[in-house]
Amino acid sequence: MVNWTKTEKATITDIFSHLDYDDIGPKALSRCLIVYPWTQRYFSGFGNLYNAAAIIGNAKVAEHGIKVLHGLDLGLKKMDNIEAAYADLSSLHSEKLHVDPDNFKLLSDCITIVLAAKLGSAFTAETQATFQKFLGAVMSALGKQYH
Amino acid sequence: MTTLTAKDKQTVKAFWAKVSGKSEDIGADAVARMLVVYPQTKIYFSHWPDQSPNSPAARKHGITVMMGVGDAVTKMDDLKEGLKELSQLHAFTLRVDPGNFKILSHNILVVMAVMFPTDFTPEVHVSLDKFLAAVSLALSEKYR
Repeated sequence: MVNWTKTEKATITDIFSHLDYDDIGPKALSRCLIVYPWTQRYFSGFGNLYNAAAIIGNAKVAEHGIKVLHGLDLGLKKMDNIEAAYADLSSLHSEKLHVDPDNFKLLSDCITIVLAAKLGSAFTAETQATFQKFLGAVMSALGKQYH
Repeated sequence: MTTLTAKDKQTVKAFWAKVSGKSEDIGADAVARMLVVYPQTKIYFSHWPDQSPNSPAARKHGITVMMGVGDAVTKMDDLKEGLKELSQLHAFTLRVDPGNFKILSHNILVVMAVMFPTDFTPEVHVSLDKFLAAVSLALSEKYR
């Protein structure tokens, strides 16, 4: 169970209320596939991932990036019990998708960096701390059903 | 994981040429973020009277660190040899747990995204990430 201050909750709510999912989602996932190419193992059905340009131009990557980013909404809506919010998705990632939970951090870091690029100096150290705390809680919850 | 290709080296050198003019601000912001986002890193600075992220000591430290990174850019072809004194310093005097190199590297990358959103493309990101990992490895060389 993660404890949130009022300020932290307000920061997270604020970030997501202004989030352009259609922009950030594709950028975050494509950056992950480029910076950590072994993560491409989960997307063999996505067609051409041959180089950075192909990945950035790949419509399936873009679509999936948006979907994954919306996955964060589950945690946003249930911040006081993030573990419960992700129980089903955790089972999915473990039993069906077989994603190595270490990879959650790789995508998480890319989401942080893409958001930082978008917000610029508005992405203060305090904002970064709160956002990373949120992503950390989501990652932990996603890893809970692995056995 | 850490062999820098010719393309990596070229990419890092070109990007560094663009951003090095701001290296003091980059370093200061990276260290400030590290102290705020990863408060456990403050233990290494208990000798500072003011441990706040924007203190003169923190800024000065950020500048020092970034000078080291800039130096490493010029020694990219043999980081182990080029950084051996710095490695000795970190291993025997500072005794910084090498896990923290990853933390500071992450914050350097975040600052690059904040300050240079257009130039810090995914291709630059991967090469710079590899470079910082190689620097971290060279810094860890003398530990044991």
